[in-house]
Amino acid sequence: MNKEEQDIFRAETRAWLESNCPRSMREKVQEESDYYWGGKNGTFKNEDQKIWFERMLAKGWTVPYWHKKYGGGGLSAIENKILNEEMASLGCRKPLFSFGISMLGPALQKFATEEQKDKYLPEIVKGEIRWCQGYSEPNAGSDLAGLQCRADDMGDYFLVNGSKIWTSYGNKADWIFCLVRTDFGSKKQRGISFLLIDMATEGVSTRPIKLISGKSPFTETFFNNVRVPKENLVGELNMGWSIAKYLLTHERQMIGDMGKNDEQVKTHNIAIEHIGLQNGILADTILRTELAQHEMNEAIFEMTIERAIDEAKAGNNSGATSSLFKYYGTELNMERMELQLALSGNQELVMDNPANQNGLLANAMLRSKGNSIEGGTSEIQLNIIAKNILGLPNN
Amino acid sequence: MALVLNEEQVLLKSSAVDFFNSKAPLEAFRKLRDENNPVGFDRSLYAEMVELGFAGLIIPENRGGFDFGYVALGQILEVNGRTLAASPLISSVLLSATVLNLAGTEEQKSTLLPLIASGELLLSLAHEENTLHNPTRVNCTATKEGEHYKLNGSKVFVLDVHVANKIIVVARTSEGNEGIRLFLVDVQSPGLSIHRTQMLDNRNAGNISLEHVIISESDKLAGGFDELCRVYDIAAIGLAAEMLGIAQEAFERTISYLKERKQFGVSIGSFQALQHRAAKMFIEIELSKSVVIKALTAIDENWVNLSELASLAKSKLGQTVKLVTNEAIQMHGGIGMTDDMDFGFFIKRARVLQQTMGDYNYHLDRYASLNGY
Ligand SMILES: Cc1cc2nc3c(=O)[nH]c(=O)nc-3n(C[C@H](O)[C@H](O)[C@H](O)COP(=O)(O)OP(=O)(O)OC[C@H]3O[C@@H](n4cnc5c(N)ncnc54)[C@H](O)[C@@H]3O)c2cc1C
Repeated sequence: MNKEEQDIFRAETRAWLESNCPRSMREKVQEESDYYWGGKNGTFKNEDQKIWFERMLAKGWTVPYWHKKYGGGGLSAIENKILNEEMASLGCRKPLFSFGISMLGPALQKFATEEQKDKYLPEIVKGEIRWCQGYSEPNAGSDLAGLQCRADDMGDYFLVNGSKIWTSYGNKADWIFCLVRTDFGSKKQRGISFLLIDMATEGVSTRPIKLISGKSPFTETFFNNVRVPKENLVGELNMGWSIAKYLLTHERQMIGDMGKNDEQVKTHNIAIEHIGLQNGILADTILRTELAQHEMNEAIFEMTIERAIDEAKAGNNSGATSSLFKYYGTELNMERMELQLALSGNQELVMDNPANQNGLLANAMLRSKGNSIEGGTSEIQLNIIAKNILGLPNN
Repeated sequence: MALVLNEEQVLLKSSAVDFFNSKAPLEAFRKLRDENNPVGFDRSLYAEMVELGFAGLIIPENRGGFDFGYVALGQILEVNGRTLAASPLISSVLLSATVLNLAGTEEQKSTLLPLIASGELLLSLAHEENTLHNPTRVNCTATKEGEHYKLNGSKVFVLDVHVANKIIVVARTSEGNEGIRLFLVDVQSPGLSIHRTQMLDNRNAGNISLEHVIISESDKLAGGFDELCRVYDIAAIGLAAEMLGIAQEAFERTISYLKERKQFGVSIGSFQALQHRAAKMFIEIELSKSVVIKALTAIDENWVNLSELASLAKSKLGQTVKLVTNEAIQMHGGIGMTDDMDFGFFIKRARVLQQTMGDYNYHLDRYASLNGY
């Protein structure tokens, strides 16, 4: 696509977004339900959310960069980048969120059979099925490969027994992609398989876990003699670990993206509003230093994402891996939350005031503490960089 | 422009790596230091650099240069940072050729730029007067007397000044920023005295004083404060590129040492306390690469918010090179403190670069101001 074609695509896209994205779908996201996650029980918060979803879906733009045969938009990397830029500049919300798009989809594209892709990918694009992730177990967190949830080969089906924990949205999801042990004899990474399980199957149950941030978006998930059809296995039996790791790189990339500050309102604007300027300089000069340091790192982090994309396009290995983005992006997000809370003073600590959406920011700060844990902890990301990239030896 | 090097730039960079490794390894600089070389750099080495075109990279083709741009010059500076080869590349090319490109009269450009590209002319920029970088605090005066200007005042931290043929002096013709102008001063001028200083990094710098130095109108540059500020931005970015080279070299050597050195019967690199610090340095270096290439690109593309990028690059690289040079010594233990190991050279050069054209605090403060807070 040459420069001229890009400009045309950009102009057309912008015009389309301007006339099709409802006003309210360009406003800042305030709460969880402002996102549409799809699923069998998915509900739209309001008419605008529904209209926006349906219009985007009709263009394949719920997942714009997936192939048209799966219902995606078939956009090239550059077209997708342009679409994202135009959506960001108008403040358009994403029409559909899901772990199917950000995690399972990429893994299926790489490892699944054609039949599996034809079945699952369109469901994800259309938001028909909501997926959750069954990786962690009570005794297998950072040491994920030590997982014990088992699937026994019963001839024409697998019989699954065990439990998963920290299943985000386990109570809202329709299906779960699971890591299960199918071989207890060999090295721990060897005996793992990647299985897709319909949560409506008999024997699957969940129990909510309450978080420090009040909401209860995750569950413990139990499997009690659950029969899973053989065709739900992705990839080869006992070879699920490489799929698991591949999916994790996408998850980490996605989590790391939170290091970008896509909000129209930058943290320093909040600071100016609360603290004020004195001779053009933030009145609290110590906070100003912290803030500038933070916003500079934010800007440089975005350049690093940009560089990684450009290097990938040029076929180079940029060295900037998903572990880097996961580690640094979550550090930035957590720091941003702390800064915003600090500079907003005591009023953001009031939890029953509609003016601050009942402590929205305080809860967001608390929720952000999970960023350096979910998807593999910060320590694990540093281990990966040290060993896999720098080649430092094991102890 | 994408944040990757094009084919031409990749080739240039790899030839620079070969050149500096074979012709100007760190030992060469060590030797200059040990013999207390009066010139402070190797003239024949600079001639070879000129031969390879390094001095003409940012000079237009019609002025005897190659017009490769600042991304290209940045690659040379980065590679140069790995071996710390001393040369007038920063004073004559990054600073002075940029001043002439942006602020010179047609006459000055056509006579001087070709001489910089051919290595025949060495120029220094005399701008600092204070202990900290401060573009507006200029007390050196230029008083108009008939057809001439009379320069009075003194300057510090003038890079390579004792070997320069000409000096570009920043002086004040009147109050306010509009009064800040640039003048070309021949080193033979009566009333000019030059004093070489011994710097921490063993590189060339000096102080000058000007007493009633007479300058003709034709030696006044066309541009003034605005152009000068852009020069400072470009210079800050160029220096950030050199700091990136230093940081990478010190880091890579440290990682090798972590693999080699054994204590308690194992490589010290197997200790997680060190692994995590190494991984964090890796991350800081990757971020640093991004901001440097972005800022270099912004110079070539003539971005209006170049100052913001310059402050990002200079402050980030200041922090990164500080972290890495400190950790390099710490992770080497006692041997890291010895002059025989090269880490002393890296930390000394880094500290001088951190100060040149504004330190971390200067650029942090400026970044906040540019963003309206
Ligand atoms: C908000 C949130 C959402 C989540 N969503 C999901 C989900 O949807 N699906 C899912 O499967 N899981 C999910 N998780 C689980 C998450 O992946 C795990 O919590 C994580 O991998 C850490 O495992 P753990 O909790 O058992 O901690 P542990 O592994 O017990 O770690 C405890 C501490 O020890 C450190 N540690 C452990 N090993 C090492 C080591 N080798 N070197 C240095 N330090 C080490 C850790 O970094 C951590 O600080 C979620 C977690 C959170 C917080």
